[in-house]
Amino acid sequence: MAQQTSLTSKIPSEVVLLRPSRGWIPLNLRELWAFRELIYFLTWRDIKVRYKQTVLGAAWAILQPLINMVVLSFIFGNLAKLSTDNIPRPIFTFTALLPWGLFSKALADAGRSMLTNRSMITKVYFPRLIIPLSSVLGGLVDFVIQFVILLAMMLYFRIPPSGAVWSLPFFVLLSLATAFGFGLWLSALNVLYRDVGYILPFLTQIWMLVTPVAYSAKVVPSEYQFFYALNPMVGVVEGFRWALLGARPPDALTLSVSSAISVVVLISGMYYFRRMERTFADMV
Amino acid sequence: MSDIAIRVENLGKQYRIGVQNDYYPTLRDAITQAALYPFRVLRYGIPSQHETIWALRNISFEVKQGEVLGVIGRNGAGKSTLLKILSRVTEPSEGYAEIHGRVGALLEVGTGFHPELTGRENIYLNGAILGMKRAEIQKKFDEIVEFSGIEKFIDTPVKRYSSGMYLRLAFAVAAHLEPQILVVDEVLAVGDAEFQRKCLGKMSDVASQGRTVLFVSHNMSAILRLTQETIVLEGGKMLMRAPSNQAVDFYLSSGLSQSGEKRWQKDDLPTDCYPFRPIAMRIRNPRGNVVETVRSTEPIEVEVEYELASPINGLRVGIYLINTHGETIFTSFDTDDGEMYEKYSVRQAGHYLSRCIIPADLLNDGRYILGLNASVYRLKRYFHEPNALNFTVDSTGAPGKQWFEVRQGFIRPRLNWQIEREPYAVEQA
Repeated sequence: MAQQTSLTSKIPSEVVLLRPSRGWIPLNLRELWAFRELIYFLTWRDIKVRYKQTVLGAAWAILQPLINMVVLSFIFGNLAKLSTDNIPRPIFTFTALLPWGLFSKALADAGRSMLTNRSMITKVYFPRLIIPLSSVLGGLVDFVIQFVILLAMMLYFRIPPSGAVWSLPFFVLLSLATAFGFGLWLSALNVLYRDVGYILPFLTQIWMLVTPVAYSAKVVPSEYQFFYALNPMVGVVEGFRWALLGARPPDALTLSVSSAISVVVLISGMYYFRRMERTFADMV
Repeated sequence: MSDIAIRVENLGKQYRIGVQNDYYPTLRDAITQAALYPFRVLRYGIPSQHETIWALRNISFEVKQGEVLGVIGRNGAGKSTLLKILSRVTEPSEGYAEIHGRVGALLEVGTGFHPELTGRENIYLNGAILGMKRAEIQKKFDEIVEFSGIEKFIDTPVKRYSSGMYLRLAFAVAAHLEPQILVVDEVLAVGDAEFQRKCLGKMSDVASQGRTVLFVSHNMSAILRLTQETIVLEGGKMLMRAPSNQAVDFYLSSGLSQSGEKRWQKDDLPTDCYPFRPIAMRIRNPRGNVVETVRSTEPIEVEVEYELASPINGLRVGIYLINTHGETIFTSFDTDDGEMYEKYSVRQAGHYLSRCIIPADLLNDGRYILGLNASVYRLKRYFHEPNALNFTVDSTGAPGKQWFEVRQGFIRPRLNWQIEREPYAVEQA
C-alpha cells in the first residue's frame, strides 16, 4: 500500500498497522518524543498533587531529608562514630541524602506507576514508557528545593564547591538513569506480580544501607570495592561529595562499574518494558 | 489509492481466564518457575492453569473515510474489545487492523482526571492524555469551558463537583478533540437527558463534518440517528453488517439483547424474608424472549418467580418502575385488583409466577429500573429490592419519531389525535 505524501491530498499520511507483535520490539524513541507534552503534563500533575491537603505543603520536601540527616548523623556519628573524611557530619550526610532521596523516591514511584495509572492505561493509547518516566522526573522539583538548602548549608559551614562541580549534572543524570532503569523493571514486573509492591519498601531500605549515605565508602575494605561498586548509587553518592564538598574523588573503577551497570539496567529495562507492554492493558 | 479509513482483517483477541478461583500469580511461584524456566517467566508470567476465551474472532470489515459506522451487541459481545484494539489500548491476538489517520478514542470520558486538580488543570491534563497539543487546548479552552457550562467552578478542585458537573466538563474536553477517526464507546449512556441531548448533538456535528466515526452504543435511536451502517456482534463474532435500520431491527427482534433477568441465589437473601423466597425477575418481549432492550411500541411482560415456604395472609408482590434519575414512574401489586385481592387473601405455600404486562406505547425511551417488593400491608415487608433489574426502552417506531428530538416526559403515549378544520362561518356573519 503505497503512501502519497502530497500536501493537498485529503488522505492522511499516517497509517498505523495493528497486529500481534512478537519477540523484541524497537524502543521507538521518536514516538516518545512526539508525546513529550504528555510527559510534561503527567510530571506536572504528580508534582502538583504531591503535597495537596497537607498542612506543611512543599516544606515536606525539605523536612524529609533534614530529619533523616539529624537521625543518621546522630546514630552514625555519636553512636557508631564512622569516619566522614573530616567533613562536618550534617553536610556530609545531607549531600548524600539529596541524590539518594531523588533515587529512592523515583524508584518507588516508578515501580508503582503502572498500577496507580491503571485507569489511563486501560482506556487510552500512549507510549507506556511515559508513565514510569514522568514518575521519575516528578522527583526533580523536590531535588531542586533541597539543593537550595544544601547551598545554604555550604555557606554556613564555609565549604566552597570543589573544582569538580562541573561533573554534578552527570551524577544527577546517573542517579535518574539508574532509578529509571530499575523502575522500568519493577513497574513491568509489578503488572505481572503484585509482590513488587511489598518488596519495594525493603528494597529501598536495604539499598540505602549498602550505599554510603551515612558513612564514607572508604570504610568498605578494598577487596570488596568492586562488588560494592555494582551498586550504581555508590558512584553517584561519592560523586556528589566529590563535586560539592571536595571529598576524595571516586576511583575510576567504581565510577566505570557504576555507570556500566546503570546503562545496562536502563537499556535492558526499556526493552523488557516494551516487550511486556502488549500485555499491560489486559493484566493491570 | 483507496479512501479507506479503517480496514480490519480476521481480527481476533484471546483472553486468558483463570479456572482456579482467585488465582493470582505470586512471587513464590515465580521464583520456583524462574529457577526452572528463567526466560519464560519474565516473558509470560508463571504458567498457571488458564482457560482461554476468544473475546473477538474472525472480524473483518472496512470503514470508508467519512463514514459513520455503528456497532451493537449485548454485553460481552466483544464491542469494547474491538474498540480497545482499534484505539491501540490492547493488541490483537491474530489478524490485523489498518488505520489511516489520527485516531481519537473515547472509551470513557474524564480519563486521567485527578480529583485534587481544578477544572482548569484537568482540562489541560485530560486534553493531553487524549492526544491534544497544548497550543490546541489553549486555543479551545474558552470554548470547552463554555460548552461544559461550569465557568463558575473552573478553579475548584473537581472532587467538589457534582457527578453531573464532572461529566459535563469531561465530555466538553472530549468533544473538542478533532481526530480524523473517532472511536466512541458508550459515553452517552451516562448523565441526564439534557446532557445526552448535548452529546448527541455534538456527535452528529462530528459525523456531518465528514470525519470517520466508529460508534458503539446501546441506544438504538442514537445508532439510527447517527450512523448509516451498523455491525452486529454476538459472542465475539460479527453476525451482520447492514444499513442501520435493518441491523437494529435484527438486533431487537432476534432476542440478542437479552440479559433482562435477575436471579437471586439462596445465599444472598436476607434471612428475614422467610417464608418468601424470590427466585428471578424477568422482562420478556411479545415473542416470549427474555430481553434487555424492549421496544416502546410493544407490550412488555414483567415476570416475578418466587417460592413460599409457608402460607402468608394478605401477601402482595409488586414492582416499582423507576427512571435513571431515581424518580418512581409507577408502583403496582399483583393483588391491586379487587377480585385478585379476594382470591389471594391467603397465599398457600408453593412455587409462583406473578406476571403483568406494561402496555405498548406507554414508556418513553431510555433506561428504566425495576424494583421488587413483597409485603403485607402495614404488617411486614418480606422483601424489598429497589434495584432488581434494569432495561432499555427503545422508541423506534414510536409516535413522533419523524422528528429527531428528545421527547420530554416520563411517558410517550400514543394518543388518538383528531384534527378538524372549522369553516369560517362565524367570521362571515
